[in-house]
Amino acid sequence: MSSYLELSKLTKVYPTPKGPAVIVKDFDLKIANGEFITLIGHSGCGKSTVLSMVAGLNSVSAGGIFLVGKEVTGPGPDRGVVFQSPCLLPWMTAYENVKMGVDQVFYTASHVERREIAEYYLSIVGLSDALRKYPSELSQGMRQRVGIARAFALSPKMLLLDEPFGMLDSLTRIELQQVLVDLSRRDRKTSLMVTHDVDEAIFLADRVVMMTDGPAAEVGDILEIPFEHPRDRKELLANPEYYALREYLITFLEERSHIRPSRLTVEDEGKILRMPEPSALDEAIGQ
Amino acid sequence: MEPLLHLDHVSKSFGGQCVLKDICLSIQPGEFVAIVGYSGTGKTTLINLIAGLIAPDSGTILLNGKPVRGPGPDRGIVFQNYSLLPWMTVFENVMLAVDQVFPGWSPAKKAEQVEKYLGMVKLAPARDKRPGELSGGMRQRVSVARALSTEPGILLLDEPLGALDALTRATLQEEILSIWERDKRTVLLITNDTDEGILLADRIIPLSMGPGATLGPEVPVPLARPRDRKSVNHDPGFKEIRSRVLNYLLDQGALQKTRLSLKLRLPDILPEDLNSPRVSRRHPLRRGEERRETVEVG
Repeated sequence: MSSYLELSKLTKVYPTPKGPAVIVKDFDLKIANGEFITLIGHSGCGKSTVLSMVAGLNSVSAGGIFLVGKEVTGPGPDRGVVFQSPCLLPWMTAYENVKMGVDQVFYTASHVERREIAEYYLSIVGLSDALRKYPSELSQGMRQRVGIARAFALSPKMLLLDEPFGMLDSLTRIELQQVLVDLSRRDRKTSLMVTHDVDEAIFLADRVVMMTDGPAAEVGDILEIPFEHPRDRKELLANPEYYALREYLITFLEERSHIRPSRLTVEDEGKILRMPEPSALDEAIGQ
Repeated sequence: MEPLLHLDHVSKSFGGQCVLKDICLSIQPGEFVAIVGYSGTGKTTLINLIAGLIAPDSGTILLNGKPVRGPGPDRGIVFQNYSLLPWMTVFENVMLAVDQVFPGWSPAKKAEQVEKYLGMVKLAPARDKRPGELSGGMRQRVSVARALSTEPGILLLDEPLGALDALTRATLQEEILSIWERDKRTVLLITNDTDEGILLADRIIPLSMGPGATLGPEVPVPLARPRDRKSVNHDPGFKEIRSRVLNYLLDQGALQKTRLSLKLRLPDILPEDLNSPRVSRRHPLRRGEERRETVEVG
């Protein structure tokens, strides 16, 4: 199957007074149409660098990014980005913030149609009562809802989410993850999300890509999340396999994120901490 | 055994809006209790009441059998925003508290006390730094050292790790635990992170949604210590506790949503390519029929 988004040997090098610093090295990833990928790793490992390169906001030092067969060279509305802080324009209402982008990419559509698009997405994210409110009148969680609506309203080819819920408390985060699930139930978008929340990664993703620690971060391991969409959090919490996956990811972050698979020699093999096999764990649980 | 802290039907309103209602809570000496709830439900108000920073409208708060009338050094507080004095060094920030609480001690003894607690939170090398030179995690350590240095009977932690990233949070959780295990201090932790509560506490009590928030059914955490955040994942007890607390909180969150039905129309049109020259077409390209749907939104 041909991939929708392909990252090939993606590398980012920053010049420093002490010589070039390699942040991301030979990062390879293929994402299929409609797939939801979460990138997980420690703070500072280069997750956001990868995402901002895909967004076209950061230049690529080596390697390439291909979205639907076309190389990504700069930012564009075909990739909707949700940032950690929603970056809304403070002098515009929630509606105007969303409408601004809609006016750009749907410039051939009628005024009514553009209004309908903005109102549709703001309502789906639960802001039908707050269309005319300014960002300063909204809570942190509500502002991030506007940010999500703004990204979806552009009908982008794919979504890029850079720790969108990192600044929210864990319960608000759960609510907003549900918003994403509700939106993708209508329109399953290819998505790449950066997070360091293990539960968030499992709940949303089809595959979790684990990144090794920087500098020169690369793909450490990939975990398939086998649960059917749409997912129900309560069912998931009752599923023993969920906890096996959770343990796998936590173990990676705590013990193995510094091991780089591409630089292993034969003698290193023995030193790798053994990771629990999700299937083996399942048996241990008695499923 | 007489509880160290006892709250009996405590209620508090602000400007006619009831924030906390009928809070009943007993904490035994040496216990680690966690209260988990959504932001904005009155968790901080609860800590402020126990700290004596505000007075309840009704009900009583007893500490060691005596009513709480104001703040005092018998309760050490760690705030989410650290609350350190920026013009003082780490050492001076902690010394300020020790000076106030133990005015009779000799300067050498006070300094020894400060050093002891800075060592406990592994900050001895940073003693002469100012808060501005420290990371969030290190600032919070100073705050913990300051709270512990006055040797309070109970430690009140108000979302102490909420502003930290996941890795620093995990490290500090372990440090709080090791201090608690060594010192056997009574701790009341306020948090929005269920996992943090389960990993640290003997008991978890969810706080219901406001207005008029009250404590929900408490969940004992009988998991053996020390608890490991990896291996607890295949402990059936952990899963059961986790889903009980989370389900209660999720149900509370769902209760608050007002269901309304809206008729929405999403025109099924395609965005234009902004990288190519603007087209003079008067109509957007359509995928097919327009979509009409009725959605329920919270």
